[in-house]
Amino acid sequence: MTPLLETRDLSRHFKVGGKLFSHQMLHAVDDVNLTINEREIVALVGESGSGKSTMARLLAQVYKPTTGQITFQGKDLAQLRGRKAQLKYRSDVPMVFQDPFASLNPVYKVSHGIKRGLKLHRPELSASERHEELLRVVSAVGLNPPEEIIERYPYELSGGQRQRIGFAQALAYRPKLILADEPVSMLDVSIRIGLLNVMAKMRDEEGVSILYITHDIASARYVSDRVMVMYGGHVVEAGPTESVLADPQHPYTQLLLSAVPDPRAPLEITTEAAKAEPPAVIDPQPGCRFRARCPIAIDRCAHVTPLLQIVEPEHTAACHVAAPAPVAV
Amino acid sequence: MKFASLVQNRKALIGLSLFGFICLLAAFPGLFASQADADTIGAFSPNLGVSTAHLLGTTSYGQDIFSQLVFGARQVLVIALVAGAFATVLSVLIGITAAYMGGIVDEILSLFTNVVLILPTFPLMIILARYAGTSNWVMIIVLVVTGWSYGANQMRAQALSLRNRDFLEAARVRGERRSYIILFEMMPTMTSLIVANFLGSALYSVLAASGLQFIGLGDKTSDSWGTMLYWADSQEALQAGNALWIIAPGLAIAVLSAAFALMNYAFDEIGNPALRPVRRKDLRKAREADADVAVRGVEHVHADAR
Amino acid sequence: MSTPTPGDVFREESSMSTSTLPESLPESSEPRSSEPLLDVRDLRIVYDSPRGPVEACSGVNLTVRPGEFVGIVGESGCGKSTLLFGIAQLHSAPARIAGGEVLFRGKDLVSLPIKELNDLRWRNLAVVMQSAMNALNPVRTIGDQFKDAILAHEKWSQERIRERSAEVLRLVSIDPVHLDSYPHQLSGGMRQRAMIAMALLFTPDLIVMDEPTSALDVVAQRSLMVQIKELQQELGFAVVFVTHDMSLVSHFSDRLLVMYAGQVVEFGPTREVFDTPSHPYSKSLLDAFPSIRGPKVPLLGIPGDPPNLANPPEGCRFNPRCPVVKERCRSEAPELYTLAASPDVESRCLAHHPTNALDVELVSEVQSS
Repeated sequence: MTPLLETRDLSRHFKVGGKLFSHQMLHAVDDVNLTINEREIVALVGESGSGKSTMARLLAQVYKPTTGQITFQGKDLAQLRGRKAQLKYRSDVPMVFQDPFASLNPVYKVSHGIKRGLKLHRPELSASERHEELLRVVSAVGLNPPEEIIERYPYELSGGQRQRIGFAQALAYRPKLILADEPVSMLDVSIRIGLLNVMAKMRDEEGVSILYITHDIASARYVSDRVMVMYGGHVVEAGPTESVLADPQHPYTQLLLSAVPDPRAPLEITTEAAKAEPPAVIDPQPGCRFRARCPIAIDRCAHVTPLLQIVEPEHTAACHVAAPAPVAV
Repeated sequence: MKFASLVQNRKALIGLSLFGFICLLAAFPGLFASQADADTIGAFSPNLGVSTAHLLGTTSYGQDIFSQLVFGARQVLVIALVAGAFATVLSVLIGITAAYMGGIVDEILSLFTNVVLILPTFPLMIILARYAGTSNWVMIIVLVVTGWSYGANQMRAQALSLRNRDFLEAARVRGERRSYIILFEMMPTMTSLIVANFLGSALYSVLAASGLQFIGLGDKTSDSWGTMLYWADSQEALQAGNALWIIAPGLAIAVLSAAFALMNYAFDEIGNPALRPVRRKDLRKAREADADVAVRGVEHVHADAR
Repeated sequence: MSTPTPGDVFREESSMSTSTLPESLPESSEPRSSEPLLDVRDLRIVYDSPRGPVEACSGVNLTVRPGEFVGIVGESGCGKSTLLFGIAQLHSAPARIAGGEVLFRGKDLVSLPIKELNDLRWRNLAVVMQSAMNALNPVRTIGDQFKDAILAHEKWSQERIRERSAEVLRLVSIDPVHLDSYPHQLSGGMRQRAMIAMALLFTPDLIVMDEPTSALDVVAQRSLMVQIKELQQELGFAVVFVTHDMSLVSHFSDRLLVMYAGQVVEFGPTREVFDTPSHPYSKSLLDAFPSIRGPKVPLLGIPGDPPNLANPPEGCRFNPRCPVVKERCRSEAPELYTLAASPDVESRCLAHHPTNALDVELVSEVQSS
């Protein structure tokens, strides 16, 4: 089965530094190989600074890759020429944003974005068909009655409702893949489940794939089929969700899991690793980027960048200790 | 911005009333005075004092000051509103485009804006007026050319702060054209700033136009208030004992300017509830309602951070 | 099973850890006195909106003993932040206290003269706000801001100020060299800890916190919570901690107060509230958390939205969204009843009415792993 979207050695660097001719580069994303198939939800998990938001913007074509390739439905994105092809990609791969209070234009009714999207991306529809679609997608994300909701302004809806409108906007394009950049992080915990259920429903009923970007590994577990853990711009572990969570190999994945507040489990002790902060990766040397916080780092970690190795079927981890590269005989 | 909130705000009410009254004078001057009385030299005896026939007396040319004031209103208002509007349009277009396009476009437009901004306006106005003549249209062009740059910087700053708001990024990701985003997504959220800008430009135009007219660079045959001041000064009205000839137009200019300023403050407050003052009578009501709880405290004007 | 896996390192007490906490944190030891440090009685806070008064807090009762950690949990708009502002007397027009008392060490803060209130502030009662990291002045160093806070209440010498500032920074594991740093030079987590350090300057009796971890990542969040708890046990101050994330306080609070639509719906020892929630809302909240352990179950969350406080529902305010609602709930507004089975717990549900209890099942599905 050909994957829906694939990236190969994708990297994105930003110039930083205050000096006029500084050539310091921030490596937001480095050598990421990501695969998303049809009808699946892939979670991209990491803290701030891990590169996950940059990944979303690379796939949304807000940024161009510094190096590497993004292939969608077999075609290289760099080959997309002309407004028509660009628009087609945007309708196949829309994005949902994090902040429900900033993602809708406050001067227009909430239906504005959906209507514009329908006009731009589905020109074959007539005006009445567009209206039908509008009602259909608003209802599909659980906002009822749709005729009443579409007449409201953003300030009249709650945060959870606004996020649902964000998903409705994406759904209106009949997309193949939705890029959801931390869609529930700014919502109350009790509201999040509703949104996550909407996402699962979209995968099951509409056949849409979703790239779910989050720092909350518990919600990633709840909704995703596969998970990828990022740290410092690198993917450190990837695989089927249950497999990765049941048997995490990379020390960072284990740290994330131990930090999740779970009232049903006994408290796990914080160590020095938890007190440290994720790094801003500027002009990095080869070596594992987690080594400064890693309790099991060995000498090799400081010199050689670990690559993803297979630890179980479909489950890979990039760690010299947990998943050492096979030694040539 | 609802009309109701506009009317409730005290500053808006006063400003609007004053402005409305002056508009009335400008629209129907014939109802209040006669053009002939204002223009004809020698229509009446010169330098007459206040009387029922001449509410503000006469000029030293024998013209009725009150009539001149009434007919002058139209001139001043037209200049203010037209110059204000054009200047605002320019500041909005240049400021927002610079902010949104960024990069080299921003650099060029900002440089241009800043250069115009630091040019000494009054000398520039004088030179332009000197060479271009004294008609009202020239006056308007001069005012627009010298008055747009301040607003452009404001617009740019506001647009920059909005630029990375998610709803704009959502529009980009939706595939909208840049021109659409600037005109239909960004600008509508800046309406209160644009209106405030317009009012500020109008205010500036009133004062600058009157100033230019006073030093003789305006249309000397017009009834405009600045021109009245010019003639009053050239005829040494104060020495002649005709103080009203100077006070009347001066006061009129001040009143119109105040009207614009008050409306400006009011728009600010309506747009940003944090600036609204907590009225004394509301506080008193609150205190009376909780008779059993002593609510002591200083009356603050606090921003509601929530 | 002989070689420890890498994962074990995070689960055991590592030699690098400076933590002195045992495996599970015990509840605070017996309070030093039975006199509550903070006693909020029937507090009512009203917002005067153009459309009429809106009651954000309706008769809230809350007690905090010295050294106790009380968590206040609820969704957005339930009034928990308003309650906090009211307790700290930081509310401003159009909010006003419409009734009740806030007794802090016996004195009613609501009617206290400004001068006495300011004496209490920071010395005995300190506040850490939501996104406190953004409350730092970007153009002044951390040390300068600490100095401002100190000088507002005491006239200490420069040396003593510097010493105390360094001391509190060390308490929150920040190198005192950062006294000369500007806020933008510190990370988000560090800035938040700096704000907590500022609250500790005079070692207050009570620190009131409004979602101090909401802007942090999950690892930094856990680290901060543990830090707060350690400091609390070391210095003995009480904490009132407001959050929308129930599981966050589950390991750290002694007692938990659940708020809904401006009212307290459950208040009791944390463990009891978690193991056997006595109000359908508390139970629904607990069930709204996806777990990373145990079997994957589909969750419902809490359907619907919190009510508009300008016009709350008749009867029990939770009735439109309650999974076990009965007809009586729509007309009869329950009071806060003390549970017969556990007198430490109070619940605002007709199921616990002392004489006329409603027949509902509130069996908890919360399982321990």
